[in-house]
Amino acid sequence: MFDFKVVTNWIDTLLLSFLPGWAATLVECVLVALAIITLYAVFAIILIYMERKICAFFQCRLGPNRVGKWGSIQVLADVLKMLTKEIIDMKNVDRLLHKMAPFLVIVASMLTFACLPWNKGAEVLDFNIGIFFFLAAGSIGVVGILLAGWSSNNKYALIGAMRSGAQIISYEVSIGLVMLTMIVLTGTMSFSEICQQQADLGWNIFRGHIPAVLCFIIYLIAGNAECNRGPFDMPEAESELTAGYHVEYSGMHFGFYYLAEYLNLFICAGIASTIFLGGWAPFHIPGLDGFNHVMDYIPGAVWMLGKTFFVVFLLMWIRWTFPRLRIDQLLALEWKYLMPMSLVLLVLMAICVSLGLTF
Amino acid sequence: MSNNNYFSGLFFGIKSLLIGLGVTMKEFFTRKITEQYPENRKELKMFDRFRGRLIMPHNENNEHKCIGCGLCQMACPNGSIKVTTEMLEAEDGKKKRSLVKYEYDLGCCMFCELCITACPQGAIEFCTDFENAVFDRAKLVQQLNKPGSKVAEKKPVAKPVAPAAAKPVTEAKPVAPAAAEPATEAKPAAPAAAKPAAPAESAEAPVEKKESNPETPAAV
Repeated sequence: MFDFKVVTNWIDTLLLSFLPGWAATLVECVLVALAIITLYAVFAIILIYMERKICAFFQCRLGPNRVGKWGSIQVLADVLKMLTKEIIDMKNVDRLLHKMAPFLVIVASMLTFACLPWNKGAEVLDFNIGIFFFLAAGSIGVVGILLAGWSSNNKYALIGAMRSGAQIISYEVSIGLVMLTMIVLTGTMSFSEICQQQADLGWNIFRGHIPAVLCFIIYLIAGNAECNRGPFDMPEAESELTAGYHVEYSGMHFGFYYLAEYLNLFICAGIASTIFLGGWAPFHIPGLDGFNHVMDYIPGAVWMLGKTFFVVFLLMWIRWTFPRLRIDQLLALEWKYLMPMSLVLLVLMAICVSLGLTF
Repeated sequence: MSNNNYFSGLFFGIKSLLIGLGVTMKEFFTRKITEQYPENRKELKMFDRFRGRLIMPHNENNEHKCIGCGLCQMACPNGSIKVTTEMLEAEDGKKKRSLVKYEYDLGCCMFCELCITACPQGAIEFCTDFENAVFDRAKLVQQLNKPGSKVAEKKPVAKPVAPAAAKPVTEAKPVAPAAAEPATEAKPAAPAAAKPAAPAESAEAPVEKKESNPETPAAV
């Protein structure tokens, strides 16, 4: 596999050749931030276009097809519209919190976005406690949503925020347990090591067989709920809460929520592909050396994006199939079904690993 | 017991969710039903029962079936049909109602199809043409009978055929006419009875009869 560290090291030595150490680090930070923000925007546009098309196809429609070939510039036009819209100041809102909330959401989303391993050696944030950091940073988003609902001085927004808080905090439990189960299997929390392990030993979903597959399914359900997406979109339930917690936001402040929602979907799928489907690790079949060699020629970034968009498609399939759950059904699903199941899976995985039943 | 319900409910739920996913996946690959209208104007065909606007079909001799009875005008809840008739004297001295002008105001039609159900002759129907927009409301009032058209004569065609057909039958087969003759007589008798009754009396009685009768074929 191509190691992206070659590129980063080359840039590093190049900068150090004419800059002092601190300035080189600063320039590198800015470059990485630019790359992350650009990728963030590009993926948001791709995802919104993909969502609209896939939603249309599931509903036997064609979707946007007037702006550009197959409607490809439709999302750009929407972004332009969103950027030019006025941000309305309302009476009786908590001004500071109201303006801060969307930034908290987008910061949480970008922090978790930076955790994704794009390629071998192309991780931005890579600690030995990577998964832990991912969970912690992702939880900041809840604060943004709760603040948005509270500061808007609107009953709908408050109800939406409370539902969202209850939902996200609940589903965080089973996401944490599922990740713990996979950490039992991998023995490390670092995203780069998890990927490297899967490149060497095979994807986790094959290594962990039955418990890993069940964990993957639970992760998909809980991840969908984490992103506030249907069938778990109670917080923004259009038909009853108008738009939930972001009902009082306009212009780009609303745009941030919109962006964060889609990027959270992407991040959720990206983490699923990292933990379960090998991240940038190519698909290998033990014994077929020729086939494995061919697979190695496909760059890691392509593998990563391919798997991520596959999981995104799965999540969209779920979203456009099932009707919205009531809030009590939603919490019952988590506390009575998903959480006990993930606890059982954790024990099962621990037994499997300790008895050497994994590959 | 409750444990049993828990697990059976869980598996039943998973099964039904999978069925739902299967349905949407099938839908994902079916041909999309969206009509891209301005582009596909040429090949776009509305379904047969679409009610676009009222028309009066004419045959190749510029003849329509309207006898000017005015039942459609009475059936119309919006008053969007206006039938103008005149009394003409036929060669045999009988007075006969004849259609002069059949005006239909598309602007206040609500496409309920009551006029078509009321028509004893099947003279009017809805076409599937839906591009009805005009710049002037006056253009929405249309005259449905074409200029110079007249009502299609049924009797002169039907009468010579009926005796001609009946006579050879009676000569050839003595058993058949008993069954054939009442049938042939009954057929011309029905329209003959209906035609004078409707214009002459134009009362509620024939309307109700006619409405109940043609409704079944119309619904089918």
